[in-house]
Amino acid sequence: MKRYVMIGGGVAAVGCIEGIRSLDREGEITVISEEDHPVYSRPLISYLLEGKTDTERMKYRPDGFYKENGCRVFYGRRAVSVDAVSHSVALDDGAKTAYDKLCVAAGSRPFVPPFEGLDTVKYKFSFMTLDDALALDAALFESARVLIVGAGLIGLKCAEGIRDRVGSITVCDLADRVLSSILDADCAAVVQKHLEQNGIAFMLGDTVQRFEGSRACMKSGVAVDFDLLVLAVGVWANSELVKNAGGEVNRGILVDKKMMTTLDGVYAAGDCAEGYDAALGARRVLAILPNAYMQGNTAGVNMAGGEQEFGNAVPMNSIGFFGLHIMTAGVYDGEMFEDAETGSIRRLFVKDGRLAGFILIGGTDRAGIYTSLIREKTPLDTVDFDLTKKVASNLIFSQEIRRKKFGGVV
Amino acid sequence: MKRVYVNEEWCLGCHLCEYNCAYANSGLKDMVVALKDKKIFPRIRVEGEDRITFAVSCRHCTDPICVKSCIAGAISKRDGVVRIDRNKCVGCLTCVLVCPYGALAPGEDGIMQKCELCLDNACGAPACVTGCPNRAIVYEERSETQ
Amino acid sequence: MGVEFIYPEFEVVRNYDRCIACRVCERQCANEVHFYSEERGVMISDEAKCVDCQRCVSLCPTRALKIVKSDSTLRENANWQNDTIKEIYKQANSGGVLLSSMGNPKPLPVYWDKILINASQVTNPPIDPLREPMETQVFLGKKPSRIERGKDGKIKCELPPQIALSLPVMFSAMSYGSISYNAHASLARAATELGILYNTGEGGLHEDFYKYGKNTVVQVASGRFGVHEDYLNAGAAIEIKMGQGAKPGIGGHLPGAKIVGDVSRTRMIPERSDAISPAPHHDIYSIEDLRQLVFSLKEATQYKKPVIVKVAAVHNIAAIASGIARSGADVIAIDGFRGGTGAAPTRIRDNVGIPVELALAAVDKRLRDEGIRGNVSLVVGGSIRSAADVIKAVALGADACYVATAALLALGCHLCRTCQSGKCNWGIATQRPDLVKRLNPDIGSARLVNLMTAWRHEIMEIMGGMGINSIEALRGNRLMLRGVGLNEKELEILGISHAGE
Repeated sequence: MKRYVMIGGGVAAVGCIEGIRSLDREGEITVISEEDHPVYSRPLISYLLEGKTDTERMKYRPDGFYKENGCRVFYGRRAVSVDAVSHSVALDDGAKTAYDKLCVAAGSRPFVPPFEGLDTVKYKFSFMTLDDALALDAALFESARVLIVGAGLIGLKCAEGIRDRVGSITVCDLADRVLSSILDADCAAVVQKHLEQNGIAFMLGDTVQRFEGSRACMKSGVAVDFDLLVLAVGVWANSELVKNAGGEVNRGILVDKKMMTTLDGVYAAGDCAEGYDAALGARRVLAILPNAYMQGNTAGVNMAGGEQEFGNAVPMNSIGFFGLHIMTAGVYDGEMFEDAETGSIRRLFVKDGRLAGFILIGGTDRAGIYTSLIREKTPLDTVDFDLTKKVASNLIFSQEIRRKKFGGVV
Repeated sequence: MKRVYVNEEWCLGCHLCEYNCAYANSGLKDMVVALKDKKIFPRIRVEGEDRITFAVSCRHCTDPICVKSCIAGAISKRDGVVRIDRNKCVGCLTCVLVCPYGALAPGEDGIMQKCELCLDNACGAPACVTGCPNRAIVYEERSETQ
Repeated sequence: MGVEFIYPEFEVVRNYDRCIACRVCERQCANEVHFYSEERGVMISDEAKCVDCQRCVSLCPTRALKIVKSDSTLRENANWQNDTIKEIYKQANSGGVLLSSMGNPKPLPVYWDKILINASQVTNPPIDPLREPMETQVFLGKKPSRIERGKDGKIKCELPPQIALSLPVMFSAMSYGSISYNAHASLARAATELGILYNTGEGGLHEDFYKYGKNTVVQVASGRFGVHEDYLNAGAAIEIKMGQGAKPGIGGHLPGAKIVGDVSRTRMIPERSDAISPAPHHDIYSIEDLRQLVFSLKEATQYKKPVIVKVAAVHNIAAIASGIARSGADVIAIDGFRGGTGAAPTRIRDNVGIPVELALAAVDKRLRDEGIRGNVSLVVGGSIRSAADVIKAVALGADACYVATAALLALGCHLCRTCQSGKCNWGIATQRPDLVKRLNPDIGSARLVNLMTAWRHEIMEIMGGMGINSIEALRGNRLMLRGVGLNEKELEILGISHAGE
């Protein structure tokens, strides 16, 4: 009977467990979860603050999930080292767990820049875990002035989540635009305007030079007084366990398309892993939930003796703020085709006759058709590209392709 | 297992499937009460105009990417049917971003809804199929190779 | 023209309490009657364009629609009736010959409805078709008049070619062009499943339908459209069309607008050219000429195919049939004056020809009297509406019936009688691809099979009631019929007694 160990109890681990169980109903699965909660949906923490969900509904899997899958879970335990030679994991309480196959799904942690005077700030929060959100939730009050450092996905979702519960929100970022990792300048401007119309103030191209208690002194010389500080600058992959065990790491733990690390019997998945990005054509960390699940699932299948490759991962994001939806995928490389209608933006990026990436703001209907063009590397001369530029529709395909898509088992 | 299949050769673009779907999932006994003066949010949608039209609803994929991608864990596949737990969904539209068939769209409340083959509503069989005037939508078993 | 003399014939009645503005009516109406008013947020209609085809009524999911006859009326006048006056207006407006479709709608006598069928009581027990075998199969073709023996004394068994039908019904001629590809597909598939025949009409045979050849009658008409050697050999029988009940004495005209794509290829004429079938066959001016064509066709098909000669029921039909029976033809098809058409001049349709019941009785009697009844089989058409009509026709002497209007009704036709417009909302009498696709042959053929299966059950039921267990034993058995409300002359021609006699 195989012994499987997961380091991490998040979505990648769930993918891994379900991958293992698709082939192996018998093997023993141990989950080492640093967080003291059954698996939940991290991206929902902003919705929790907004009141659109609650901790019960945030559960990523039903209550009986671990039991039904025969998993032993160590809650609140941290793995401190991996011995790749003897195939064992050491825990923070001194215990050791042996494995035949190990999946490192340790996730990431907030990156906190060494701001001067940060220790003088009394109410400061990260915004990544459920505990972070619960802590922030407890600190919110109606007249609170909130400063969010970081205008990325996490910072802005946080802003949306708490807007109706605080007095004011200011978001600053060193970058000169919002969502700089997924939007180009024009699109960022549209989103920023929308956020501003919804009461979020921005200080972009500016950063905190030092904190003085409840005051942030900006590089530009401006001083911002705040009651609550949220740090959402970025995340680091938790790759040290593998690195220290002798595995190769870059920004994340390097894995192949089967999610195997360079260590024997050790796999990695999720935010801590650096796997193949089909849009980029190289490896990079894709810290998004769907990717975590699919990497974990791939790792699980392979750990259980199956053969599965995850070769068509692409960066993609679907994110909405105050009713405005934004979808992006792939890379913004090559020739750009734009179709802007009032209130919406549609930008497609075409390289080597294939869709490389897209940005949609507003009109996001059927966007998955675009995403599949990227993932499948569909040659654009096999679709009606003039129509593709205007709308995501199954009409872009030939009748023959549609017959297969809608007339067969898929 | 039985799935809904569409054949655009016979689709008339009449959009009756959309109305039958909206009605079937309204939980109301009268179509007029359910749909009059309302914008409908059907789970099957007709694409195209004039010569080429076809209806698209969930394909209930063998390996559904929406299930893997849902950030809330709200989509699952049970007994061959891909279902959504609308109580858990927060309307992030990630499933829209990944579905290669463009088969999902949010409901009136912004929360996702999808074709669940009318298994849980009063119809018992997909309303789009029973209401299609030209058998362009069928509910049947087909093999992988077909 | 500044003034519209004719008030629209129909009114579209929309129950706004029920209408959910789904716009199905709008999308389904090729006549563009319905449209959505953005300003008012409701559906509205232009009833002047309505032909009362009932498509919208049938598809409306909330039954919010009905079409009623307009009660806006001209002053009553038994002589100058509304329709007569409107036709005058139309002609004064256009200067043209009035065109109509489908069969004669005038209140002329329907003899089928004045004939009643016998049943067995006491002395001759009825037969229960659910318990006893019941034969509905018929064979069409020339039958030997006496037994012939060879030199060895054995009976000669070779018969001239025959058509086997599982029941005494065939789908009559409707050309590809006048009706759609999908209508033809439905007829062909249903005929094959039923073990009967359908008829190409004068439009040639689409290459896709050669596979249904065993259940196909290929027609040769005065325009010779689509006729070539392979075509003649493709079918189970060949029909020479001399005339049509809806328009005896005149030819046909399929407008160039319908001669597109496959229709043009199948007819072997250029796209957009009008397909004009002359009134006469230009090579037939006598029975001898007809005989030449019959044998030309037999020669082309190695004497393997029975030849049907179809004529309209006209005044001298008995003498005409007598001639045809001597021409070498195997089957005579008689089309009565109520037969349908895709388009005919109204005056001809409504005033030329005679009822098929009388024609059939007269022809059967004449051929018997002349001792040549076995030379030919008789097929009658021109508004055979039910299994009862079939039974009555067989008892009057027919070997089988041709049905077309009933078949079209099964396919969805609502007898709006505007086939000539080419905008058939049911996908039957049209070549517009968006309309043609409305008739799914999977559904159409199944409905035709249902209809004929129902008729077969009814035929067996009625036969059983008469104590007859084989349709052959009913043929010409006029004792099984009685007339009601008919005068002496009519009874004499029909060769039946009056009820009570």
